[in-house]
Amino acid sequence: MAGTLPEPFAGWFAARGWAPRAHQLAMLAAAEAGQSVLLTAPTGGGKTLAGFLPSLVDLHAHPRAGIHTLYISPLKALAVDIARNLDAPVAEMGLGISVETRTGDTPQNRRARQRAEPPNILLTTPESLAVMLSFTDAAKMFAGLTAIVVDEVHALAGTKRGDQLALGMARLASLAPAARRAGLSATAAHPDALRVWLGAERIITAPDGAPPEISVMVPDGRLSWSGHMGLEAAPQVMARIRAAGTTIVFVNTRAQAELMFQALWRLNDPMLPIGLHHGSLEVEQRRRIEAAMAAGQLRAVVATSSLDLGIDWGGVDQVIQIGAPKGVSRLLQRVGRANHRMDEPSRAILVPANRFEVLECAAAIAGVSARELDGDPPRPGGLDVLAQHLLGMACAAPFDPDAMFAEVRSAAPYAALSRADFDDVLRFVQDGGYALAAYERYRRLFHDSQGRLHVRSERVARQYRMNIGTIVEQPMLKVRLVGRRGAGPALGEVEEYFASQLRPGDTFMFAGRLLRFRRIHEMAVEAEDGGTGEPAVPAYAGARMPLTTNLADRVRGLLQTPESWAVFPDQVQEWLQLQNARSRMPGRRDLLVETFPRGGRWYLVVYCFEGRQAHQTLGMLLTRRMARAGFAPLGFVATDYVLGVWSANQPVDVARLFDEDMLGDDLEDWLADSSMLRRTFRNVAVIAGLIERNHPGAEKSRKQVTVNSDLIYDVLRRHQPGHVLLRATRADAAHGLTDVARVAGMLERAKGRITHMALSRVSPLAVPVLLEIGRESVRTDADEDALLAEAEALIAEVMAETTPAPAPTAPAARRPARAKPTQGKLFA
Amino acid sequence: MTPAPLHVADERLMLDPMGALYWPARHLLVVSDLHLEKGSAQAARGALLPPWDSKVTLDRLAALMRRYRPQTVVTLGDSFHDAGGIGRLAPEQQDRLRAMTEAARFVWVLGNHDPDPPRGFAVEPTSAHTAGPFLFRHEAAPVEAGSIEICGHHHPKAAMPTRATQVTRPCFVTDSRRVMLPAFGAYTGGLDVRHPAIWRLFSAGARVFLLGRERLFSFALATARAG
Repeated sequence: MAGTLPEPFAGWFAARGWAPRAHQLAMLAAAEAGQSVLLTAPTGGGKTLAGFLPSLVDLHAHPRAGIHTLYISPLKALAVDIARNLDAPVAEMGLGISVETRTGDTPQNRRARQRAEPPNILLTTPESLAVMLSFTDAAKMFAGLTAIVVDEVHALAGTKRGDQLALGMARLASLAPAARRAGLSATAAHPDALRVWLGAERIITAPDGAPPEISVMVPDGRLSWSGHMGLEAAPQVMARIRAAGTTIVFVNTRAQAELMFQALWRLNDPMLPIGLHHGSLEVEQRRRIEAAMAAGQLRAVVATSSLDLGIDWGGVDQVIQIGAPKGVSRLLQRVGRANHRMDEPSRAILVPANRFEVLECAAAIAGVSARELDGDPPRPGGLDVLAQHLLGMACAAPFDPDAMFAEVRSAAPYAALSRADFDDVLRFVQDGGYALAAYERYRRLFHDSQGRLHVRSERVARQYRMNIGTIVEQPMLKVRLVGRRGAGPALGEVEEYFASQLRPGDTFMFAGRLLRFRRIHEMAVEAEDGGTGEPAVPAYAGARMPLTTNLADRVRGLLQTPESWAVFPDQVQEWLQLQNARSRMPGRRDLLVETFPRGGRWYLVVYCFEGRQAHQTLGMLLTRRMARAGFAPLGFVATDYVLGVWSANQPVDVARLFDEDMLGDDLEDWLADSSMLRRTFRNVAVIAGLIERNHPGAEKSRKQVTVNSDLIYDVLRRHQPGHVLLRATRADAAHGLTDVARVAGMLERAKGRITHMALSRVSPLAVPVLLEIGRESVRTDADEDALLAEAEALIAEVMAETTPAPAPTAPAARRPARAKPTQGKLFA
Repeated sequence: MTPAPLHVADERLMLDPMGALYWPARHLLVVSDLHLEKGSAQAARGALLPPWDSKVTLDRLAALMRRYRPQTVVTLGDSFHDAGGIGRLAPEQQDRLRAMTEAARFVWVLGNHDPDPPRGFAVEPTSAHTAGPFLFRHEAAPVEAGSIEICGHHHPKAAMPTRATQVTRPCFVTDSRRVMLPAFGAYTGGLDVRHPAIWRLFSAGARVFLLGRERLFSFALATARAG
């Protein structure tokens, strides 16, 4: 039996001229043996069919009612598209299998119908699964479940969404113990970690396709010293688009997508159809672009990570990545979007946006050849996600805490969960878990005489379902196009912060248009077409992906091997050679620190290569130490590669600044007040169910007083510093926005290996960060009060309302005291 | 901590960085919008907020009373988050509040959230209080000539652009006829002064005073508007 397909499947394959692949047959055999497996395959490897074939075969041989297979994907659109693709074979073979999707977009009447008559194959998302598992009829709905197929496992494992899904699968294992699991994943660095996350017994590996062909295209003319937009390459990108069939142009941020889209259209004399796709555009608009791509109607689309995952589009024959890819796995993912025949190589072009990125691109290509993928070791599951899950479980049915603890521990991210942590989380869900036992009458869960926990009311269950999810966005406002006839369709959304800076008549760039801001009305931005002049570009506070450790290591290695520089453009080679002559190269093992005077200030540049987030944390800590040492630091800038600090006095005895105990009291003090940590707390509080989400539809009058998470954080910190949500916040902070773990690793490695070069002038390698000082948001150790004092004095001077205050000790303000709508540079 | 002096109608008032107003000539302290028991009100609706907000708010009020030793305290309304708040206030906090109301004359202006005065406390409930040129009430309303209104209700906050980032703080808003206090309560959020509900109450020359740790920061209201 193993090695062949049963009819009518064999016939269907043959009619299409396909031969079943070895890994597809292996998946079939594993399913027949009831084994749970992880399939890793490159894109275009027939993964999806491999995932579904066993279910189709089984259902055809043994037809039944009810849910047989659950397919879970991180993307709503993917679920919808897969359903469409399944309909074809099901119809053509007359299989009599019902296939349906259920996501956040599914209309209410269809959801009700699905509950009454569940389909054989249900395609859904982790969030929709959580909703279904919280229904009182969940046990009945999933009793007959035979298979769970999880797609894009590599994108889920290790994230909070993955934590939530793992908990959901643990619940499904209790409801349907015989159900097997099949995971579909791209080629990954740590496949075994993925296997463990999935709970699979073995891994089936599809052979690699032809290795991708990746080249680097350096912009003509002077290579930029800094910045990450890469817009100067637009003419060359346009030329490549014209020379190919269909191209995906990947960028790293939404603002960059808008700008590159405009730049290409300015050069688009032949009027080629070029589209735009990013996460803040209206859903319908994104679907239109995706459909147009699938139908081969577009010559190019400019996209962010919004197109990293998704349906294979056979017609894409070129991928251009603008700006350094930040990681080898991410690059492979994107490259894989081109040309999905396994035996043909995918082609991609990397366009570095500045000199350092030339190095990073070269390192990424080397990483791809060496198959050195990135991947962080798995981290324990979030306690905030657990809190959300436990409330959902209580909504479905009363549970015994001991039994629930065992079930939760069977989910891989929670395998090492301590009983104490579990109890703390459960106490939080019940009544807030506060040392001051104040909320007896507001409990959300209560014990019955057998010690089982019940949800207190239907209202609690309703609130739970309204707040499901592990992704927390900043408050957003819809952007509506207004014409003569009033407000029209929504184009997408922008962050409230950006909108609040616009004044009537201001021009901004969004959804590929130049818009003129009119007003904010009923929680939406109203704007008309035809903005003129220099436009502001909405930026979003989502963290830019930092450089991965593997890639950083390779870049350091490149710097240390002059033989490898021959492939670089002349400008880059000269730059590096000059660095060698004037200073020295950052070493692979040591930590290079340069100091030099310039324009009446002193500069200290640290070559850490640990990524922006880690460098910002390090900047905060370092400037505190410098202040105590009397160097009078004034500000700092962090890039992915280096940290640059400027000060009034000359830094001396530099090595001592990097003592490892920077991570002791200094870190505690800083973290205690850090706005990064407050943001992290807010996310944790929303996910755990302490604070409700902002619902975009809810017409909340702006006059309504709401509870600010910062205020809660301050009170909680003072009165119960060990509260479980604060612990969850600290755990998140080790990675994420503050990347403390990475700073710790760097300081540990650098112990005793600080190399200080005291220079008389700026070194070549330091030029980029000096230029960033003009562009990037300036961070400083000065706290908010000091900043307010400075602003107050400056404005008063300008207004000449008071006698001028003594000049503030800061570099000459590079921005006017009145902040104009910026180019969105604060967070881009 | 350094309060900021404010001269209105030949009187000197002190704006305190904790968000209170003091009138030295009459030993009179003013606070507004304490919203005691907001935490428990939210808890009743399913958001189990840390239950220490009333304690923290009363800690702050106690600190102010120690600093100024007022003879009169005027609370400008919404002292409790809702009508049931007094019943939910923990006995220990009730005792503290009672002690405060016995240490000074407490003029208790009624607000929209708490239209009734708390029973069993030595307070003088009123919808408006006059002293000298000042009219103390909860929510701003048209002011007759010669009168200066001291009010709360709107929970003003302002976002100021600075060299690094925008800084948002609760603030006082003042012009020649009106002084609006920020909300004093630990869990009270704010309304941006750019909102018409606040903005239209003040004249072109109005100023905002943002609360800082040690002092206040003063800007023209027009600066907040221009962003």
